[in-house]
Amino acid sequence: MAEANHTSSDASEAPPPVLELRGVGKTFSGVHVLADVDFSVRSGEVMGLVGENGAGKSTLMRIVTGIYDADSGGTIRFDGDEVHFTSTRQSIDAGIAMIHQELNLLPGLTVGENLFLGREPLNRLGLIDWPTLMAESRKYLTAVRQTFDPSMLVGRLSVGQQQMVEIARALSLNARLIVMDEPTGALTEVETDILFEAIRHLRDQGKAIVYISHRLGEIFQICNSVTVLRDGRMVSTGPASELDEGTLIHHMVGRTITEKYPYVPSAAGPVSLRVSHLSATVIEDISFDGHTGEVIGFAGLMGAGGNQLGKTLYGAVLARSGSIEVKGRALSLRSPEVGVRAGIAYLPEDRKAEGLIQIHSVRVNMTLAALRRFSIALGLVSRGREEVVVLEYVDAFKIKTPSVEAAIGTLSGGNQQKVALAKALMTEPSILILDEPTRGVDVGARRDIYSLINELKAKGLTILLISSDMPELLGIADRILVLSRGRLTGAFGRGEATQEAIMKCAVA
Amino acid sequence: MRSGLGGLKMSWLLGLLSRNKSLIGLVILVAAVAFTSPNFLDVGNLLNTFRQTSINAIMAMGMTFVILTGGIDLSVGAVLAFSGAIAASLIAGGYGLAVAVPLALLVGAGLGALSGLAITFGAVQPFIATLVSMTVLRGAVLVFTNGTPIDCSSAASSAAFGALGEGYVLGVPVPVIAAAIVFAACWVTLTQTQFGRYVYAIGGNETVTWLSGVNVTAMKIAVYAISGLLAALAGIILTARLENAQPTAGTGYELDAIAAAVVGGTSLAGGIGTIFGTLVGALIIGVLNNALNLMDVSSYYQMIAKGAVILLAVLVDRHARAR
Repeated sequence: MAEANHTSSDASEAPPPVLELRGVGKTFSGVHVLADVDFSVRSGEVMGLVGENGAGKSTLMRIVTGIYDADSGGTIRFDGDEVHFTSTRQSIDAGIAMIHQELNLLPGLTVGENLFLGREPLNRLGLIDWPTLMAESRKYLTAVRQTFDPSMLVGRLSVGQQQMVEIARALSLNARLIVMDEPTGALTEVETDILFEAIRHLRDQGKAIVYISHRLGEIFQICNSVTVLRDGRMVSTGPASELDEGTLIHHMVGRTITEKYPYVPSAAGPVSLRVSHLSATVIEDISFDGHTGEVIGFAGLMGAGGNQLGKTLYGAVLARSGSIEVKGRALSLRSPEVGVRAGIAYLPEDRKAEGLIQIHSVRVNMTLAALRRFSIALGLVSRGREEVVVLEYVDAFKIKTPSVEAAIGTLSGGNQQKVALAKALMTEPSILILDEPTRGVDVGARRDIYSLINELKAKGLTILLISSDMPELLGIADRILVLSRGRLTGAFGRGEATQEAIMKCAVA
Repeated sequence: MRSGLGGLKMSWLLGLLSRNKSLIGLVILVAAVAFTSPNFLDVGNLLNTFRQTSINAIMAMGMTFVILTGGIDLSVGAVLAFSGAIAASLIAGGYGLAVAVPLALLVGAGLGALSGLAITFGAVQPFIATLVSMTVLRGAVLVFTNGTPIDCSSAASSAAFGALGEGYVLGVPVPVIAAAIVFAACWVTLTQTQFGRYVYAIGGNETVTWLSGVNVTAMKIAVYAISGLLAALAGIILTARLENAQPTAGTGYELDAIAAAVVGGTSLAGGIGTIFGTLVGALIIGVLNNALNLMDVSSYYQMIAKGAVILLAVLVDRHARAR
């Protein structure tokens, strides 16, 4: 294993760390999400935190900000004192600010109101002291190099400017440690440059900054040091100057594939799906062909566009330009209704919000997209025929449920996912889009889902497997396409692909 | 053999009661009322109660479709008045039932569909869209009737029209028969058809339903059209009973319809509820009104009692669901 530790540990010269974690771990229902992590940031340091999706970055930062409670055994020191935050309030009061991917600002309020929400300065009458509030706001905006007026509505600012407001708020809270989670995700290049300038400014003022990003180029541009997490463990930490991109990627993906995937080789048939120059909200100029009896894997980091591509191919997101042909017929995908009728099925990533109606039964959920099949006449549904088919699927997919009338919300994640799959397949699709089909699914159900994918492939379906789980893609897909920032940046046949090669394209 | 059948009936009844909490409430209420005012159980009084309840029941069943999708329809009282005025003016103008009734129903359905269009294509919240519709229609009725009732008692087909409100078939009041037919049609639609499934699904989770390839827009417009249609039917029956159309008819009826659905166990969040429950809810409110009348309680106190019953029903329902 490539354990590396470049930290120059001459404590007498370097300033003491603002934040220091030793042996921190976190278990969720018996699963180690984080184990024995050491992590520290000093004043005037920008620490990059990198790792694959699910490596534990967010969990780590949630522990630092008091959202999660760490397992006992580890210690967290802030400014040299051992701390144990049990709420974000406490971590904020101590001087830690977290800037989330989704901004937490109220668009209908002004910049000044947002900055001082809940702690507005008051005058002697107990009313809000507006002149002070605006003057203070202006001061903090200047500190992040912004010149817009604090009386502007936040909703009218660009995403980049809103982010600056968040940072200004962190400063106004007197934060000594600022954590930024993928701050450039929605920024233009110019805005990114402005952000970096602000970060350098904060660094020079002695703030400690944790910078989480998938974009390795940015890591080298802005960070002094880098810590890599993999599968909940710290695998390397040290100065950025001693690393290069290749080494970093090696640290990130150096996972050994322990799970066995039941891959079944197959000869792909004729072209069933032709996507040409497809562009939509996130995706840009995507072209590829799908064949019958083929599993195409789509790799990419969070926000790379996999989810958007899946939805565009189904009609849930409108394409801006480009074309989609199914079996030689051009489709105008205005809505999922068109997608379903054209023989496309989509298994959503977010099962709760998009996949299944939690308060309704297994039966009702499973047949929702394919009710026409059970219609006798006048839109009357044959309950008898419906039940027979539902029970067939429950048997075939080994769905564990007390009865088909049980509310879907009472089933385990794996069983819910099987119901969602059955629902998609009931429409008898020729093209099946699976968006993160094994997320939040236990090992047993995972294996069932993989076998099912193989069976469907053998039946001649074209399967698009969108996944952020690289071993899964390498294990089950016939070929892999890589997305980065909405564009296709790589294509690999089975056997050519390695985790490192995919990651290189994914961070491009 | 005999006892076996009795046992089967008993278990069927118990099952029905456990699935419909509001039915337990109705049984208790009827027992209590029968105990305190023996007159209540007179066949004449019962039929009268049913007839009085039928108008609210018909509107409430339409309202149930809307609430099941997670929406609300505040315009039904105004649609009732508007459709009633259309029917009355057609009858007064010498047209027969065959013209007046279908036309009034069509107007009601059309007005409902307009709300549905505003809600779907206009993306206006149901509360606001139907509030607008209610306000505009209330004004429109006053303009149309010039603020005075439209009398149709001396028209050619007034006798036939009046029978829709006052008549009996085989001893059963016509409004009760109408409510029974509406109940049967709604029950079949909600429990046996694709459309019914989609109504529940939209209220359960609209995004999931849309992603399942359901034309959610069309379904929602249809639901408001049904609500408008049934409000118009209620308007025709009310007008027929009074033999004139009052411009202020049906004021506040939308709230009675919502109350009946809610007392019957329909969730305002959508996706949960039954047409049977709504019928029971309407009966609970109807029986309560009748009982308080029999006991000579003033209508002021009746309103307070009705409010208390609605609150009680919701609390019981929430308690039962939490367990």
